[in-house]
Amino acid sequence: MIPITFDYRRASSLDDALKALAASGGSAKLLAGGHSLVPLMKLRLSEPGTLIDIARIPELSGIRDKGGQIEIGATTVHHAVATSRLLLDRCPVVAEAAATIGDTQVRNRGTIGGSMAHADPSADMPAVMVALDAEIQMQSAKGQRTVKAGTFFQDLFTVDLQPGEIITAVRFAPVKTAAYVKLYQKASHYAIVGIAAVLDVKGGTIQSARIGLTGATTHAVRLTKLEQALAGAAKDSVEKIAANAGAELQVVNSDIHASEEYRRAMVGVIAKRAVLAALARG
Amino acid sequence: MASSPTLPKLVGSRVKRREDPRLIQGHGTYVDDVKIPGLQYLAFKRSDIAHGRIKSIDTSAAEKMEGVEAVFTGKQIAELLRPMPIGTPFPSPDHHAVAIDMVRYAGEAVAVVVAADRYIARDAADSIVIDYDSLPAVVDAEQAMQGQPTVIHEKFPNNIALGPIPSGTGASPDGKHLDDSAVEKAFKDAEVVISQRMYNHRLVPNAMEPRGVVAHYEPGRSFLTMWSSTQNPHILKSMIAGMLGLGEDQVRAIAPEVGGGFGAKINIYAEEYVCAAVSKRLGIPVKWIEDRSEAFVATTHGRDILCYIDVAAKRDGKVLGIKMRLIADIGAYNMLLTAAIPTLTMLMANATYDIPAIRTTLTEVFTNKTPTDAYRGAGRPEATFFVERAFDMLARELKMDPAEIRRKNFIPKDKFPYQTQMGAVYDSGDYEASLDCALKAADWKNLLKERDELRQQGKLAGVGLAMYVEVCGIGPSATLPTGGWEHAQVTIERDGRISASTGASPHGQGNETTFGQMLADQFGVPIEHITIHHGDTAVVKQGIGTFGSRSQAVGGAALHMAGTKVRTKMAQFAGALLEAAPEDIVFESGKIMVKGAPAKAKSFAEVASFAYIPVPLPAGMEPGLSADAYFEPTNNTYPFGCHIVLMEIDRETGEPKLRRVVAADDAGNLINPLIVEGQIHGGLAQGIGQAMIEEAVYSEDGQLLTGSFMDYALPRATDFPMFEMHSTYTPTPVNPLGAKGVGEAGTLGSTPAVVCAAVDALSEFGVKHIDMMLRPEKLWRIIQGRGGAA
Repeated sequence: MIPITFDYRRASSLDDALKALAASGGSAKLLAGGHSLVPLMKLRLSEPGTLIDIARIPELSGIRDKGGQIEIGATTVHHAVATSRLLLDRCPVVAEAAATIGDTQVRNRGTIGGSMAHADPSADMPAVMVALDAEIQMQSAKGQRTVKAGTFFQDLFTVDLQPGEIITAVRFAPVKTAAYVKLYQKASHYAIVGIAAVLDVKGGTIQSARIGLTGATTHAVRLTKLEQALAGAAKDSVEKIAANAGAELQVVNSDIHASEEYRRAMVGVIAKRAVLAALARG
Repeated sequence: MASSPTLPKLVGSRVKRREDPRLIQGHGTYVDDVKIPGLQYLAFKRSDIAHGRIKSIDTSAAEKMEGVEAVFTGKQIAELLRPMPIGTPFPSPDHHAVAIDMVRYAGEAVAVVVAADRYIARDAADSIVIDYDSLPAVVDAEQAMQGQPTVIHEKFPNNIALGPIPSGTGASPDGKHLDDSAVEKAFKDAEVVISQRMYNHRLVPNAMEPRGVVAHYEPGRSFLTMWSSTQNPHILKSMIAGMLGLGEDQVRAIAPEVGGGFGAKINIYAEEYVCAAVSKRLGIPVKWIEDRSEAFVATTHGRDILCYIDVAAKRDGKVLGIKMRLIADIGAYNMLLTAAIPTLTMLMANATYDIPAIRTTLTEVFTNKTPTDAYRGAGRPEATFFVERAFDMLARELKMDPAEIRRKNFIPKDKFPYQTQMGAVYDSGDYEASLDCALKAADWKNLLKERDELRQQGKLAGVGLAMYVEVCGIGPSATLPTGGWEHAQVTIERDGRISASTGASPHGQGNETTFGQMLADQFGVPIEHITIHHGDTAVVKQGIGTFGSRSQAVGGAALHMAGTKVRTKMAQFAGALLEAAPEDIVFESGKIMVKGAPAKAKSFAEVASFAYIPVPLPAGMEPGLSADAYFEPTNNTYPFGCHIVLMEIDRETGEPKLRRVVAADDAGNLINPLIVEGQIHGGLAQGIGQAMIEEAVYSEDGQLLTGSFMDYALPRATDFPMFEMHSTYTPTPVNPLGAKGVGEAGTLGSTPAVVCAAVDALSEFGVKHIDMMLRPEKLWRIIQGRGGAA
């Protein structure tokens, strides 16, 4: 539980961080909350030559209204997200998901940008961002780049983030009728299955749905068949529609906490609960 | 002394722990806080495979690293240390502190590095290259007993470490004479027989503070000082001296603040011997601090006992006999008490019941896993689990109330002391009172009604109840290889303050508080005037240590005896000053006076001062106020209780959730009910934790898959409802305090109570028993009708 020797550099601004990142020639890693990176370093599974600490860069932190959309700075900690008045009022699913991450200590240090960049297959926030069709904003020496969450998450711990790029924020259109529900394992509190349901509801009927899934697959994905089946559905048909939601997945994770069969079955159960919880916010 | 207010009696009251302010403010001194000039850091290279022959070890890169002081292979360590001793009389394979040619579990030490700091030490250890001939591993005890696919120790065919050894009715204590007729008759007369295979799975103890050692050998003095996060510094001192060829006068062992032990810090470990030997060899102080990843594999594990149980009964619920065939998976080696722990499972097979015939047999088996040793409860939770689950199955079979079937079989309270079939003599007990206390607290009838109402709402709800009795206050000297007494010393200082020492070595038990309470009452002084020393063999001259819920029942009794001796002498000094007979002297609120004559009182400090400047010295007396005492208990103590839970299981996900936890515990007389509740609270959390969320899982090739807190769940406050705790009080006649010990109690009844509740909740699916832990998926499979349980 002791990392190899590394250098530490605290960046004072985004520009400063970008320059340090470019200068490292690929040997540097960004440090924000460190709650994913540092444990890996202590196990010597990650051995960066330099840590560039971006946690104290003022422009990277904060939750703001940007012309009707909500933007969350990359180094905003989960606790700030979980308790944000703006989010609780206009897009409670994000706060709700943040409140279920790890424990108090993790939420006080871990950041939303870190959660995106690390892309743990069981992390909560990727499912929510995928379901909200959020944009991930990145900055490099070459300029800004934005990708949709749905294409940002590519594989196990693999995202569309190029060397030299720093995630600066996530941005999404707020939706009230959305909810996040997870079944979690008791050691890490990571999701065995986590579902974010984002609904467009009119007159008690679901007009359209976006369903994000974490925990069951290599990376956060949308359940597109379920989304299609839910379009036009009334509340009392949700259970039947969601029941078999796991069937659309090709490959489902299996580990000591839950087998593939169980996870697949739980996708349906948790999807139903998430959709009903979202409807209850309508 | 200023005029002091009347001091309240403290024994029996809820005095807050005196230890806590310093601990929660970060003012405690743990092993890692010990700093000595010239200190070097020690790290272990550990095996990453579970079983294999070491072909070669290349330490050249480590040796060249700047800051590396020395590197030792197992062969080099073996020149300094013979194989490690164990504390049980059973046969044992050679166990070298550092492996020489074979590794037998993942995490076994294979090389040692000493370096200028922890970082260099780790880097150097990582740079050591070991070439292994990998051998097949075995992680299942029943498979290992077939000698397949591997034999771990040449001299132990079929991996059998011990047994099968029989115990119980008709078995002589040495196991050589066996008469099965009573047990056979019980099963012949039976109208119903319950048979079940049950597994009490392996746990990782996980003290908040991992282990750590500082060893400082001073060549000029030929003297070794050891700091270690241990439960028993005196045993450490003796064993280190023996292994290093030093006299016990040449070793001082110090257990500073110890952040939990749970039994896993009783064993004297390879790391302790190695640090001592390396410090002596190099003539420099060395420090080793276990990291959490190491702690998961290098600190002993607990439990891991399989049981085939048969219960013979009449249809009215009267139990006639029990057979238990126990198979203990002890991991790769025998440690200090490893072999003895499962014998306690046999010892407690009688549980709280008047059972006429019992046969237990025990086989201990080597596997390629971390060795087991004591873990909170140590053998007794396993016995309780097996018997209580079997009683619950019997109640279900006979459609009897689970409380009533127990009541029908209890040892009646007028039969104590009670000689069990297993050779124990239960000191005192009133099991029916405990059951009634729990039933009343739980409001049993309404609890069943609440369960039934939940069921009517379509929910899966269940109630579970379990009794327990355990063996504590260990114990008479015949039961421990170190002796089973405890030592204490009490000194009245010249200024009237009190210094006392105890051989009990607390690591969370709160003895500074409870022992302070006792002396405060004995001498009529404020608890703030008393300092309790412990954990340093240079200050505490003799001792055994803290384990087996013994510190109050044995250590407290020794303190009481030492205090009584000093008090008697102080009364003689006071008598001389006050011109009265010593037996007429009373100690009250900081004053010493003749009974009924408070006007002529002397202050406590005045009498203390007189004892050290005795002019004139009363005839026949020595100056000074200091005495020590050894308390040798005549028997163990047997605390008991009843735990009840209400559980709900999510029909869709299989997730179990506790709605209520009710505990009625009887630990005899209580010195401090607040501390007792704290002990029970923690015990309940660990007992319920085992049932619901804690499990050490190994892969088939011997890798611990739950090797971090990402995968091994330690119970947290959010995992439980509020615990409802109640007490009955049945004093023990074994010691002058009437206190029985309570450190482990919570882990006994809670575990089977939780599983009984789960079986009850899933009874509509025809399930009779569920092996722990209660993973949601396991319960979901039962709900889905896909088995996964008997």
